[in-house]
Amino acid sequence: MSVVTVQLGQCGNQVGQQLCDVMWSDAQHAEGKTYSSVSCERFFRRTSQGDFEARAVLIDMEPKVIKHSMNKAEKCGRWRYGETSHFSQKQGSGNNWANGYSVHGPRHRDALEELVRREVEHCDMLAGFLPVMSVAGGTGSGVGTFVTQCLRDAYPSSFVLNHLTWPYGTGEVIVQNYNSVLTLAHLYQLSDAILVHENDTVHRICSQLLKIKQISFNDINRVIAHQLGGVLQPTLTPDSCGTYSRHPVGELVSALACHPEYKLLSVCTIPQMSSSSMAFSTFSWPALLKHLRQMLISNTKMEEGIDWQVRPPPASAGRTGSLAAGSFNTSLANLLILRGKDVYSAETGAFEDSAIYTSWLPPEEAFSLWKSPVPFNKYEKSATLVSNSQALLRPLDDMVRKAWNMFASRAYIHQYDKFGISEEDFLDSFTSLEQVIASYSQL
Amino acid sequence: MTQSVIVQVGQCGNQVGCRFWDLALREHAHVNKKGQYDEALSSFFRNVDPRRSDGGSCCVGGRIQHLKARAVLIDMEEGVVNGILQGALREVFDSAQFLTDVSGSGNNWAVGNLTYGSAYKELIVDKLRKAAEHCDCLQCFFLIHSMGGGTGSGLGTRVLSLLEEEFPDVCRIVTAMYPSAEDDVITSPYNSVLAMRELTEHADCVLPVENQSLVNIVNKISLMSHGTKPGSVLRKDSAVTSGQGSLSPTEKPFDAMNNIVANLLLNITSSARFEGSLNMDLNEIAMNLVPFPRLHYLVPSLTPLYTLADVNIPTRRLDQMFSDAFSKDHQLIQADPKHSLYLACALMVRGNVQVSDLRRNIERQLRSFNIFLLLSFQAHLHHYLHVDGMDQSIFSESLSSLNALIDEYHHLDATKARLLPDAPRLSIAR
Repeated sequence: MSVVTVQLGQCGNQVGQQLCDVMWSDAQHAEGKTYSSVSCERFFRRTSQGDFEARAVLIDMEPKVIKHSMNKAEKCGRWRYGETSHFSQKQGSGNNWANGYSVHGPRHRDALEELVRREVEHCDMLAGFLPVMSVAGGTGSGVGTFVTQCLRDAYPSSFVLNHLTWPYGTGEVIVQNYNSVLTLAHLYQLSDAILVHENDTVHRICSQLLKIKQISFNDINRVIAHQLGGVLQPTLTPDSCGTYSRHPVGELVSALACHPEYKLLSVCTIPQMSSSSMAFSTFSWPALLKHLRQMLISNTKMEEGIDWQVRPPPASAGRTGSLAAGSFNTSLANLLILRGKDVYSAETGAFEDSAIYTSWLPPEEAFSLWKSPVPFNKYEKSATLVSNSQALLRPLDDMVRKAWNMFASRAYIHQYDKFGISEEDFLDSFTSLEQVIASYSQL
Repeated sequence: MTQSVIVQVGQCGNQVGCRFWDLALREHAHVNKKGQYDEALSSFFRNVDPRRSDGGSCCVGGRIQHLKARAVLIDMEEGVVNGILQGALREVFDSAQFLTDVSGSGNNWAVGNLTYGSAYKELIVDKLRKAAEHCDCLQCFFLIHSMGGGTGSGLGTRVLSLLEEEFPDVCRIVTAMYPSAEDDVITSPYNSVLAMRELTEHADCVLPVENQSLVNIVNKISLMSHGTKPGSVLRKDSAVTSGQGSLSPTEKPFDAMNNIVANLLLNITSSARFEGSLNMDLNEIAMNLVPFPRLHYLVPSLTPLYTLADVNIPTRRLDQMFSDAFSKDHQLIQADPKHSLYLACALMVRGNVQVSDLRRNIERQLRSFNIFLLLSFQAHLHHYLHVDGMDQSIFSESLSSLNALIDEYHHLDATKARLLPDAPRLSIAR
């Protein structure tokens, strides 16, 4: 029933705070009382004084961001973080995955496990963990990987759904590709599924759909939070027998991550627009779903600039490795979540077309549909598609290619080596990811 | 929040250091209106309660009582240090933080490094330890000294190796002032080469600053402020050379140049001290900009050099600032990265700038790689060989070290001529 969010590092804590905010607002403004209480129970708990505290733990190796997130929550006056729900140190991880994973993580293992355990004890029923982190820095990526490992060890039967923010391709941190490769390779063994947002993509959404002129990380995080909210808020699922599902994380994982080689999930939401445009827009399910399907198969994350030429290849043609641009995005599995007015009349047959899926999984297994009659976050009708497809193949390949080129000259390796991550460890991680790339290419 | 300790050695080091402390106090005064001893202040200052007999420092959160700089000041002559003790900054330092002698090093690296280095070793370590103990979480030592003289160069590099011995986990960032071609100290090339070897071996990263570049910047600002173009009036105290209404009534000859370096230090540490949407810690700078352990010489550049009186900064001006950051005229050392190879590059932005502005400008800049400049050699060996512990081999070793370093950079620079294809990837057996 309850999801424990683990916010890790600067990005994780900033995104996490926005996520809690979106969940809260949506729950409070929702028309359905059951929906509100399910949503509240899922992400918040009530203290003895009647305040709402987020079911979240905040972890960072330096104190500034946690302080800022906690203050921000406190100031809004509606919900806040638990006073003792955070852990920080004085000095960061220096953008060094090895420092986070091999030094800070183990050093503070007991305190971190205790922090999580206390939060879990507040849950009547644990639906799963949601670690939120970036992959480019040192704490989110390194400590985040270590904490995920601890969660896996301490709660072997619980679901762990990692949310990752991938950095801008042009670089925020010079060693970001190393940190990303190490994180992804390790998480692949530990996570049940990995939900990814890319800064580049979200940035485009902010500029082209939301028409924001000067885009800040706040704007980026708000979009990510909105999309994640669309995934995690209560829904009626095929297995939930007419009530809101009590196992959102578990059902998502079993719907999408049916094979251990394929764990990378991307998210797509429609519509997305500035609040000023919303007043003048009307939505119909056929239009929304038609656009969403084309967004899926042409691998665009926005309802503008969709390439309508992209079509599924004819059944007779063989599937080729599809790293080339403009080609068709094959899915392994899709989860479509519809929220708002008239959901029951929405026609989703186009998503069950076998042409858009890989051959070895029949569409009945590959496609899942969840619904909620309650409008989400002020959108009268909205659809969220969580996809296990080739959508992340190209960004992943770029990341590995850049990291490998840097590795070829052994640049910066000494910085990782001094904390215990050797060339061998790098090679293992590269090998794992090449395997993932090969698997997705051959979908 | 972490703390840093500034270690200023020699005449130049101490003069620059004092400009830094002056500016730091002003910056904090500007930001900290409530008189509260906050995290930002604690990174460079202790808060001492004069009523406490143990002279212990107060914790963060209380009111500012008496600020003391986290510094160790070393000089083998008394002139500069006496000036500090009598000047406006005297309250900011404790007498225990000073280490002085009377006769100076005679512009001789060997005297500074070996003679004084041995004589004062224990005392130096003791003072460093005390400064470190006052810190909750010490992240970084900033060492400031010149390369051309005897004390800054010789004793300064000895302090550097002591820092590595005693505090191996604390980052060592050196701001080293290199002499210009017309330097009046004949032995400055020797001192610089000998010191460079030490910097290569023991520093985590070095910010080399060349006097000539500082002179050029000062002249440029001077021209600007005396210009008659309408709309080109400089805002008062906005230049990187201004002491911002400095405490001392008359500006000393190197003040303008030293202010530039002080501003550099202030800006580099700002992310560690103040909040931001994408913070960059000092250990992150060292991590991201040092791809190979010995290649840790960074080319610093500052922009803007001054603010025009018209306060609004339209986007075009902001974009110009980014281009300027990569221009030779704004660098503190005479290198030409644009025609060489950039190994790594970090942009640190302060103020009202959004992610989208950064994005746009990063995409505009080309990618290339960087190289370091060569220093030349002259005679006067015998003055050095007289010193106890000094051997001719130290010269040849230093020269080898420098040549090796130059080779390493050259090797990387040579690769720029041919566009490297992607390295062949691992292939997976199916």
